[in-house]
Amino acid sequence: MKRLTALFAVVALALAATSALAQQKVVSITQIVEHPALDNTRKGFMDGLKELGVDAKFNVHIAQGNAATNVQIAGQMLDEKPHLVLAIATPGAQVSAQKIKDIPVLFTAVSDPVGAGLVKSMDAPGGNLTGMTDMPPVAKQLELIKTILPKAAKIGIVYNAGEANSVSQVNAVKAAGAKLGMSVVEATVSNSGGVFQAAKSLVGACDAVYIPLDNTVVSAFESLVKICEENKLPLFSSDNESVAKGSIAALALDYYAMGKQTAAMAKKILDGTKPGAMPVESLTNLDVHLNLKAAKAQGVTVPEDVVKKAVKKFE
Amino acid sequence: MSFYAFIGALEQGFVFGLMVLGVYLTFRILDFPDLTVDGSLPLGAAVSSVCIGAGLNPYLSLIPATLAGFLAGAVTGILNTRLKILHLLSSILTMIALYSINIRIMGKPNFTLLGKTTVLDSLATLGLPSWMAAPALFALITILAAATLIWFTRTQLGQAMLATGDNPRMITALGVNTGSMIVLGVGLSNALVALCGALVAQNQGSADVNMGVGTIVAGLASVIIGETLLGKGSITKMILAAVTGSVVYRLAIALALSFKMGSFSFAPSDLNLITALIVVAALTAPKLKGSRFWKAAA
Repeated sequence: MKRLTALFAVVALALAATSALAQQKVVSITQIVEHPALDNTRKGFMDGLKELGVDAKFNVHIAQGNAATNVQIAGQMLDEKPHLVLAIATPGAQVSAQKIKDIPVLFTAVSDPVGAGLVKSMDAPGGNLTGMTDMPPVAKQLELIKTILPKAAKIGIVYNAGEANSVSQVNAVKAAGAKLGMSVVEATVSNSGGVFQAAKSLVGACDAVYIPLDNTVVSAFESLVKICEENKLPLFSSDNESVAKGSIAALALDYYAMGKQTAAMAKKILDGTKPGAMPVESLTNLDVHLNLKAAKAQGVTVPEDVVKKAVKKFE
Repeated sequence: MSFYAFIGALEQGFVFGLMVLGVYLTFRILDFPDLTVDGSLPLGAAVSSVCIGAGLNPYLSLIPATLAGFLAGAVTGILNTRLKILHLLSSILTMIALYSINIRIMGKPNFTLLGKTTVLDSLATLGLPSWMAAPALFALITILAAATLIWFTRTQLGQAMLATGDNPRMITALGVNTGSMIVLGVGLSNALVALCGALVAQNQGSADVNMGVGTIVAGLASVIIGETLLGKGSITKMILAAVTGSVVYRLAIALALSFKMGSFSFAPSDLNLITALIVVAALTAPKLKGSRFWKAAA
């Protein structure tokens, strides 16, 4: 009899084990284009889910910037019958919101989820989707510039007017700047080849240059650094990769960390929380990254307390 | 390839079939290489989306979108015929101008339609399942457009346009103004492309200023694939070939996206390479076939 009980126990255990195996979650990921920040987000998400103990199978789709492929991927994902769809950046999120109604959709690296029509409000998204915004903390970034350059009143911004994310960020800079007594001088480009020219137009027209999270401009960052150093024009950025390349400072958004925080949201959804009830999150930890060599080249002395606060320094 | 991917490819093939008809009209009939399409596709999307945003019925929004596309094409045509700017350059000028204009129209680079009623929603209220609505509607519109185009080529005006591409000297001698024919033809072509853009935006839930990138490549690829499969022949046959080419092109992309052989599958970054290979295959296939025929005849 004991043996029989033991046998039952073994069988029960085996069944439990196989059902645990069957618990593998399918996660379909759509990303509009390959790009260091977006790729880091994806990596952080995949690593994050693994660390949280979720056994997931990932189907990764990248549209290579093509609108038609972006739509086709949505169909492809419906086929994969995933437990969760992860949309990285605005275009993938919009098409997922349009096409996928019965599967939870999590978006990340979207600057303006309300403006993009993804959610009705940041606190109560409603429907089958929620996610994370990568809107940089613009007001805090301007305060950082003010701390380093107390006299800065005109902020020059180079950005691509065709990137929705940049436009919403520039609008945020204008609003936050008005409160701090700062005005904005805009120089727009339509491709990375125009960055050099645009940067030149800002020389003499502003006290400092601030670069938003703009794919076009960030990909030609070296030409900005060159002009700013030649003209002793202080240059600030929104991402830490650009600090390494020669901007003075950034309150950096760490995209890998954002991916991990998105993974924590994904775990909640996979455990049964309704996405529509989960507020849109933004990155909680922000670090000051500082490039003292660039500051010197651009004729800026960084105050000691900012140097002390910096998490990462390039000298 | 699975069911949704197949349906999705049909849907994309039919909706972009309108764009391919436009490209066929300029590229093959008028012999006018027209890059305006990369700008007129988002133009149609922008106009239609802004109209819907302002409360216009989604079907009615297709009319101003199509007209805007016609106007954009006509500008290219006028730059070429009246101001004597090289056709390729004329179209590039209109295309880059449209980038700024499209942002002006939308007021921002991306105009969302999420939560707004689109042409597809009104079909859903008729009880059509949502996966069927898009391919069915797009097939209907594209076939209607193809039929209209076939009808048009049989009218006197259409015949004059065909001759403009084939033999401009002869048609001038017959008293037809080839300049007007080109303005009209490029206008019609971009009207079709803008209509396509309007439907694409409604289908994907937003208009984006960058959504036109690569339109001309997909258009030419589809025209060439269609010609390879159906062969050249009467205008009617060629117009049908353009639509067929569009559908086959999207099916090929979907196939590549879902291709798996053992542990091998294409990386997402291979997609552009695959597109290029599909076009090369389509371009060389008829020549290979031709050479065999030639040998058989000899």
